[in-house]
Amino acid sequence: MNTVVTTESFVNDLVAGLDRDVASQLADASLPPVSRRGFIKVAGAAGGLVLALSAGLPTDAKAQARPAPPPIPFVPGAYVHIATDGKITLYSKNPEIGQGIKTAFGVILAEELDAKWSDVTVEQSEINAAVYGAQFAGGSLSIPMSWDTLRQAGAGARAMLVAAAAKQWGVPESEVTTSDSTVLHAASARKASYGSLATAAAALPPPDPKTLKLKDRKDYKLIGKRFTGVDNVSLVTGKPLYGIDVNLPGMRYAILEKCPAVGGKVASANLEEIKKLPGIFDAFIVEGSPKATNVMATAVLPGVAIIGKNTWSVFSARKQLKVEWDKSTASKDSWTQYVAQAKELSSKAQGEQVVKATGDVDKALSSGKTVEGFYQFGFVSHAQLEPQNCTAWYKQGPNGDTLEMWTPTQLPGNGLPLAAGVVGLKPEQVTFHQQRVGGGFGRRLLNDFVAEAAYLAKAAGGVPIKLMWTREDDMRHDAYRVGGFMAYKGGLDAKGNLSAWNAHMITFQDTASKQVATAGGIPANEFPMNYVTDYRASQSLLPLSMPVGPWRAPGSNTMSWVTQSFFHELSTAAKRDHVEFLLEVFGRKAGQPAAAPAGPPGLNPDRAIGVIKLAAEKAGWGKPLPKGHFHGLAFYFSHQGHIAEVAEVSVDAKKKVTLHKMTVAADIGPVINLSGAENQVQGCVVDALSTLGLEVTMENGEMQQTNFDKYPMRRIPNTPKVDLHFVESNYPPTGLGEPAFPPAGPAICNAIFAATGHRIRTLPITKEGFTLA
Amino acid sequence: MLRLNVNGHEHAIEDVADDTPLLWVLRDELKLVGTKFGCGIAQCGACTVHLNGQPIRSCQMPVSAVGSGKITTVEGLAAGETLTALQKAWIEHDVPQCGYCQSGQLMSATALLAANKNPTDAQIDQFMAGNLCRCGTYVRIRKAIHSAAQAVKGNA
Repeated sequence: MNTVVTTESFVNDLVAGLDRDVASQLADASLPPVSRRGFIKVAGAAGGLVLALSAGLPTDAKAQARPAPPPIPFVPGAYVHIATDGKITLYSKNPEIGQGIKTAFGVILAEELDAKWSDVTVEQSEINAAVYGAQFAGGSLSIPMSWDTLRQAGAGARAMLVAAAAKQWGVPESEVTTSDSTVLHAASARKASYGSLATAAAALPPPDPKTLKLKDRKDYKLIGKRFTGVDNVSLVTGKPLYGIDVNLPGMRYAILEKCPAVGGKVASANLEEIKKLPGIFDAFIVEGSPKATNVMATAVLPGVAIIGKNTWSVFSARKQLKVEWDKSTASKDSWTQYVAQAKELSSKAQGEQVVKATGDVDKALSSGKTVEGFYQFGFVSHAQLEPQNCTAWYKQGPNGDTLEMWTPTQLPGNGLPLAAGVVGLKPEQVTFHQQRVGGGFGRRLLNDFVAEAAYLAKAAGGVPIKLMWTREDDMRHDAYRVGGFMAYKGGLDAKGNLSAWNAHMITFQDTASKQVATAGGIPANEFPMNYVTDYRASQSLLPLSMPVGPWRAPGSNTMSWVTQSFFHELSTAAKRDHVEFLLEVFGRKAGQPAAAPAGPPGLNPDRAIGVIKLAAEKAGWGKPLPKGHFHGLAFYFSHQGHIAEVAEVSVDAKKKVTLHKMTVAADIGPVINLSGAENQVQGCVVDALSTLGLEVTMENGEMQQTNFDKYPMRRIPNTPKVDLHFVESNYPPTGLGEPAFPPAGPAICNAIFAATGHRIRTLPITKEGFTLA
Repeated sequence: MLRLNVNGHEHAIEDVADDTPLLWVLRDELKLVGTKFGCGIAQCGACTVHLNGQPIRSCQMPVSAVGSGKITTVEGLAAGETLTALQKAWIEHDVPQCGYCQSGQLMSATALLAANKNPTDAQIDQFMAGNLCRCGTYVRIRKAIHSAAQAVKGNA
């Protein structure tokens, strides 16, 4: 990519599921420029040191070579605050959605600050692009995008405390050391707490970031150790943390009933009847835009709003609500029809769009040994446990109107201008208070519920309103993981090595934007592109009106299943060991002079080989297993993480599948918080197993499954053991919210094949007659 | 006027419809928001509270049916600043991810340990199966329950 990426387009691309290309995006992104990165300090209101460091991306040559955009104005209070009483407050700029970022960011800052962890409190920062740059939780990008910034912020504050102590004591800075929130001078046996130095440090000039020496990895005291989440005490005692927990004086409650089929409009509704119901203040039609099928649009969907005094009054009134929908422009999407159309298209060797073609795949596949497989995977719902909600307060004032919002979003940086646009204000008239998010999984990268709350707050006439979605709203109006189909044909040479690869994907095109549906389609760099000469990836597009969006490891979570299942089909047809077959393919590119372990890394064959071998070794690949147990393996690279997983599975006579153990080998660079990292991987394995048994289906434009009774996610019984091994390489670290998900599903399906000889080519696996124990 | 005993305190609540689920009285009227709304059809367990020590789904319990029963919510587990063995184990084992289901998990686990001081894995599975964790923290929920059971045993 050569284009300059703006914050907005960068994040939109992320939302569009292009985060598989994140390495090149990171390298090219220009938000906020590295050359403008610098320290700015102010005295804290209560004394002490407040150190701000303008946000930046990892340093790399390309970014530095580009002309710098205008400077970012300084707003106080960015990352570190040391009070005179020694209390240290660190600010986490990105939303906490369960990925543990608030804890991990605190650990990184505290490490370079050399703070004692028990002195530290971590708080959610305000939402302010001018200070923090892009603020979002998505693409497992929080760690890679903030690793350098946060280490420099911590080290910069430490350097100022060192300078203050050296000045006070009249000794060279080089003789001064730090440990546990204390500055020490060994020769004179003097020491001073950070708190006692904070005011003096604040009066000193800030250091040049280039002069800062970051710690060697071997000297880490905090990074890599186990930390319990910084909000855990509040969580186990039921403190208000989430968007849904917000209570404001005089707050009213709102629901918005929308057409079950996207694109439908309100023809009429029994508003007068509703307004008379107990506890109801108002009911009105929201004209909205039926074309707002793209939930990124600055518009809300049409519907009927009810405003009442509490949640139950609006939920109850809604049961009496009778809406006549004008469905003339509504979606007629039908999964049954898509399946039939895809089967027909799958007989073609090539789709209408060629994504990438090298060599002559048709010729290569016209002779020799070939293997074919047609795969199908359904739509799934995010089903994050906290239903969408948002609290908003629109105030008219003599100096202009303002909008204040309490937002459980993954992408406040986009939500703020979106909300401003909906109510006709400028972004600077809008304030966001970021709330803890009760599960993201990508759903809350979309801010449709934020836009709705902003709209309803303006209509509510000066009182704060809390918009509440029910679970049914949530499952009817999700931005689903897109389903799809893949027709593969692969070739094997005389040695049984992979010699040709033809992928024809049948995916979707958004009817409004005419773009390939979010996270649908084959990325141009999808493995094994570049590893096999005769290669073609192409796609056919079916029209789709149903909104779809990023869902945990977008694109990767399904692409991994089709490619890694088909790799196993090929190795099986070649009568080769699956591990050895995969290693041969990666070996074609291995050992080449790799880039130094710096900069945003892409798929690296040596790292792939490393984790495949490690997972196989730790799982005891090829060694005897308990009777009836079988192994399956898969590898996938996504979100800068190289991860291989080996599933140990048994299948009973009734085709009930038990996953006994998942062995995971992960190369994600250094681990920040070992406890959090393990938790994410364990969760990814459970989620991937769960999702093998799930789908939502649409008919006549309406989703058929609208609550958990029809969407049976996994419970605690038969939770697999997860045996996790981190490589801890010297590459820059990446986030772990996503990359352990993609290899898990295909590893399980490959193990089912090993156990039964039955290839799972349709998801959910119930379509193939299997169930999950 | 409705009277409700929650966490040892008597509350007088005015102007609430009889069919209001206990969940919404706790959250909207008493501002005890630790109890969560997840599905509204007793499928997820996020709204679990105790009625006279027994775990119930507060989204399905009309407030008028509670009567003089004693309600305990997650806010009422700790004695002041002193956390229960389960709360401590939850922190020690760093159970939560998004954390939204966790108060419901804790209420079910508390009821489990009250009835069975040393549950087996199978007993944990059976008792806790009504509580969904979308993040999949089940490995740690199980570990924390065992750990709390051991801690209580050690102190006895």
